[in-house]
Amino acid sequence: MFKFLFDRDTWQEVYDSFSKNKLRSILTMVGVWWGILLLIGLLGSARGLENSFNRLFGDFATNSVFVWGENTSKPFKGFQEGRQVRLSLSDAKKVEENVEGIEFVVPRNQNRATVIRKFLSGSFQMAGDYPLLDQVQKKKLIHGRFINQNDIDLNRKVVLLSEDTYKQLFEKEEKAVGEYVQINSMNFKVIGIFKNGNVNMGPSTDMHIPFTTFQQIYNRGDEIGWMMITGKPEYDIKQIEADTKLLLKNLNRIHPKDKRAFGSFNLGKEFSKVTGFLTGMQFLTWFVGIATLIAGVFAIGNILLITVKERTKEIGVRRALGATPFEIKRQIVVEAVFLTLLAGVVGIITGGWILIGLDSAFGQGDDAAIVNASVSIAVVFIALVILVILGTLIGLIPAFKATSIKPIEALREE
Amino acid sequence: MLKINQLHKSYPIGDSSLHVLKGIDLEVKEAEMVAIMGSSGSGKSTLLNIIGMLDEADSGDYILDGLLIKDLTEKKAAVYRNKFLGFIFQSFNLINYKNALENVALPLYYQGMKRKERQEKAMFHLEKVGLADWAQHLPKELSGGQNQRVAIARALAANPKLLLADEPTGALDTKTSYEIMAFIQQLNDEGKTILMVTHEEDIANMCKRIVRLRDGVIMEDKKVEQVRAEQYV
Repeated sequence: MFKFLFDRDTWQEVYDSFSKNKLRSILTMVGVWWGILLLIGLLGSARGLENSFNRLFGDFATNSVFVWGENTSKPFKGFQEGRQVRLSLSDAKKVEENVEGIEFVVPRNQNRATVIRKFLSGSFQMAGDYPLLDQVQKKKLIHGRFINQNDIDLNRKVVLLSEDTYKQLFEKEEKAVGEYVQINSMNFKVIGIFKNGNVNMGPSTDMHIPFTTFQQIYNRGDEIGWMMITGKPEYDIKQIEADTKLLLKNLNRIHPKDKRAFGSFNLGKEFSKVTGFLTGMQFLTWFVGIATLIAGVFAIGNILLITVKERTKEIGVRRALGATPFEIKRQIVVEAVFLTLLAGVVGIITGGWILIGLDSAFGQGDDAAIVNASVSIAVVFIALVILVILGTLIGLIPAFKATSIKPIEALREE
Repeated sequence: MLKINQLHKSYPIGDSSLHVLKGIDLEVKEAEMVAIMGSSGSGKSTLLNIIGMLDEADSGDYILDGLLIKDLTEKKAAVYRNKFLGFIFQSFNLINYKNALENVALPLYYQGMKRKERQEKAMFHLEKVGLADWAQHLPKELSGGQNQRVAIARALAANPKLLLADEPTGALDTKTSYEIMAFIQQLNDEGKTILMVTHEEDIANMCKRIVRLRDGVIMEDKKVEQVRAEQYV
């Protein structure tokens, strides 16, 4: 059946009819070439955008929600409305124990602090944190280490500075780890420098000190500012948020229908908006690419119809010499598939060049808008299969047209 | 070799139809050389096309080499044409982007012959028509007479039982016409059966038998003394 594909004569015939009309053949191919170029270029760019989003969110456990206390809006069990809700460490512990699907709960505190070092000083956001924070919001350390359990247990006066804070308090190239800074007139030892993230989820933080140290110096007791809750990947973070809030309302004697008692920021929800957008963009890309491809293939079919019309007499002669209708059809379909495939392969190669160009223009550096713009081999393969199928289908139209004319009429054609 | 019985053919023209062949009886024996003559519209080309299986009769029998040719599928017709018939056309009908050798080899390609064998055979036939040196030339690089010789070589390539020629000299000047006729006579001398349509008396007289058609019926069917074409060349 497919033996003819390996026959030199089949390709000789294809080459002959191609080279007979180079310009027309090339113009024919432009449509398909353009379609596949769009498909590859757009898909690659979409992937590049996705990669860059992923890199931005990469430091975060995205299946997270932040919850903090606000003011009640409904009176409940003898309490007036407008009561300030304060979360506590025990709340965090109970959430972790009772809400289903929780990976970890990180209680946090934050305050503004004045920092002095030698003759330099500044006011910075300072957070009291547990080592666990590193799991939810991976800190990129330039020097030193993050807070550890010993720091917590011993209420050590140690601090991590962000890169920007370091730049304000230290001279250029100056060693900071092991040095001391004064925070609210107390000496803190610098244990690490971290890089500021690309995006800040929740309030930005310039410094981290151990949670217990924070408790002590601000005399906060068990009170916490807010908690970061990370769900297990297979659980719906929106459900976790609802469950947590309900539990917290119970614990703090708040009306179950009070919508204002807690503030929250659902990172998972925001993230899925972005990924939803990216999925939509990919869908659109496939849609546009394949639609353009179909238009291109139709152009090929159209031109082949004209070619067949022009070659009516030749086809008549061939049939007078003993070509069966099947042989004629087969040849035309092979030509159609060959043209589409050739155009497709050239399109894939030029599409690859465009992606290389995009990468060198926008893909360099840490804050690049498009990261590693690329398409997978599977996509290329699918595109080629689509081309072969479309090429065959569209080739059948001129093929049947060619053999629908009786040889005698074909021969009469001038 | 060939036997036709009460052959009828009509073409629809609008609502009415044109009766082109009105009961043709014809028998051609092996190694005959027959000229079919008639004015335009007499049905001579239609008859040749039916014999060539390019067209089908409405009624009547057509037996070629003992085989009843009727209700052929396109595929079967193609195989029979390839096996039994060689065509020579007025306008040569060579494929213009193929050189002489490839044109001659084309019927062999459709026989499924291997490339090398095909080319050897095609070369043999080109030599026979005296165009071996022109094998690699395209039709546009050859003269009319040369092109017709290539076409004859092509018609001969598949070693057909019957050669059908539709005005083979119609597009050629007198001298070249006689050269071609001399060649066709030579083929006939070697035993090929030849059937040609022509409207030129001198060409018809170079055959051995003349069949005259008028308005779809045979007016006259006579043997003639063959005029040899060599003497004019």
